[in-house]
Amino acid sequence: MNLRPAVWAALGTVLDPELDEPITDLDFVESCTVSADGVATVGLRLPTFFCAPNFSFLMVADAYDAVSAVPGVTRADVTLADHSASAEINGGVAAQAGFVKSFEGSDQGQAVDELDELRKQFFRKAALAGQDRVARPLVDAGVGPDELADTTLGQVPPSAELDRMRTRRAVLGLPHDDDAPLLIDAEGKAIPPAAVPLHLRRARLQRVGIETNGAYCKDLLKTRYPREVQAAH
Amino acid sequence: MYEKDGEKYFVVDSHSHFWDASRENWKPGAEQYAKGWIDCFYGYHQLGPPETHWDYEHYLKVSPEDFERDMFTEGHVDYAIFQSTYLKEWYTEGFNTADKNASLLNEKFGDRLIVNGRFDPREGDDGLKQLEADVAKYHHKGVKLYTAEWNGDSRGYKLSDPECYRFLQAAQDLGIKNIHVHKGPTIWPLDKDAFDVADVDHAATDFQGLNFIVEHVGLPRIEDFCFMAVQEPNVYAGLSVVIGGLMHARPKFFAKVIGELMFWVGEDKMLFGGDYNIWTPKWQVEGFVDWQMPDDDQFTDYAKLTTATKKKILGLNAAKLYDIPVPAELQLPTTAGEDEAPGQELVDNTAGAQA
Repeated sequence: MNLRPAVWAALGTVLDPELDEPITDLDFVESCTVSADGVATVGLRLPTFFCAPNFSFLMVADAYDAVSAVPGVTRADVTLADHSASAEINGGVAAQAGFVKSFEGSDQGQAVDELDELRKQFFRKAALAGQDRVARPLVDAGVGPDELADTTLGQVPPSAELDRMRTRRAVLGLPHDDDAPLLIDAEGKAIPPAAVPLHLRRARLQRVGIETNGAYCKDLLKTRYPREVQAAH
Repeated sequence: MYEKDGEKYFVVDSHSHFWDASRENWKPGAEQYAKGWIDCFYGYHQLGPPETHWDYEHYLKVSPEDFERDMFTEGHVDYAIFQSTYLKEWYTEGFNTADKNASLLNEKFGDRLIVNGRFDPREGDDGLKQLEADVAKYHHKGVKLYTAEWNGDSRGYKLSDPECYRFLQAAQDLGIKNIHVHKGPTIWPLDKDAFDVADVDHAATDFQGLNFIVEHVGLPRIEDFCFMAVQEPNVYAGLSVVIGGLMHARPKFFAKVIGELMFWVGEDKMLFGGDYNIWTPKWQVEGFVDWQMPDDDQFTDYAKLTTATKKKILGLNAAKLYDIPVPAELQLPTTAGEDEAPGQELVDNTAGAQA
């Protein structure tokens, strides 16, 4: 049985926490093979030598968990190449040591806590950016602040962006079912009509911020691995 | 000065370097970090137009003649502000020290160069003495702080650390006006977001007499930077990396970022920085003067740039912060450097912004 497609699909569920995009779309997966006895070997790469160690760790650890959970995979071997903290991250993930323990005694810096709160912080950003992605077509169609303030998720046409925003909100414990308001603040409260224009400005700025970072990362990855990236397409 | 279509632009490059990343300067035992650092810069270099790309060896270390030609003879720059980045844990003689920058203060172009200093709060009383000595020697009007710099066992600091407040107070007492802040990825503790700009917010509130120029507009946290800049009138957007890294490679994102900055920060608080020698200033200055917000639907509620906007961003705002003499016929009014109330209408959510 060829397990590679299943392993690849599992890697597609792993997000860059900062960019909110799957690592497979970002070309961060350099290699992915599965041996006859079910050993999955995955090599990851990032746009720079100094990409933030905490986000880098999360991607390697999440990839390890996702690949390990694929039925038929007997062992996952996930490593990050060419990074300032490759040794700490690869060793820590292989030993399932957690973030704090992985960096214990390292000259790369010390961690005092695991990364759950950091991950949530970036889900909050993604959930705000999602409001722009979902609301922007309505704004462009002429829907005004009063109507937007009253709009619920159930009234918005189905889309991948809507599903994505719901998932982010669910993780954060924010309203995400059909009668939840489309526009909410960080605490989950509905935005009053008078505050809608500036709220949408904020949501758009958040989206521009995340997507601009994504553009930089993709471009820097291409300059760092020119031939490999071309070959993958 | 740059002239185009009868308009004259006074150009102040507020963020330039003269580094030594040659192999001889890679500190024994830390070569991988020295190489990793300059390789990262070289990646950014390649986001400029292909005809401006240099080979790697040239990129590692340029000569004084290269600098003078690229900046002043061909680059349209009237004044350049040097930002130092020491990185002595990785580069034996430092990556880009004030002393190295000051070696260019020669008879030919010396009066057009402003050498900024640095401090590191982790150096304690010795660091304070060094800052005093540096100010006495170079008459610094600004310092560049790289908060992610390694120092002994430490992997970074925050502007809001009590020890840093001592240094900010000392800098202000010594007549320094401008604090350029550069965020970076390696900081303690590792489990927090290293690019967070909240510490700049605290420092800007507590040191109203100082201007805080956040380099590369807080990238990768433009949103946090903008939300903060709205509330702090003494916070400025340094456009280093924004023009160089996006204008050619990602024109649509460039338009969106400029559009957002114009709305949240405003044209009086945006400073051109060409980031020599990540890139040369020539194509950036010429390209920015020619640039306009696109007409596509997705950009309709972003402001168009006027000639006055471009003149302020390219030089007049920075000239004001650094008391650089601008010929009378090139001047325009700007609120840069003036005491202002925060953008209260944005803070209170009462701005008349249209969705």
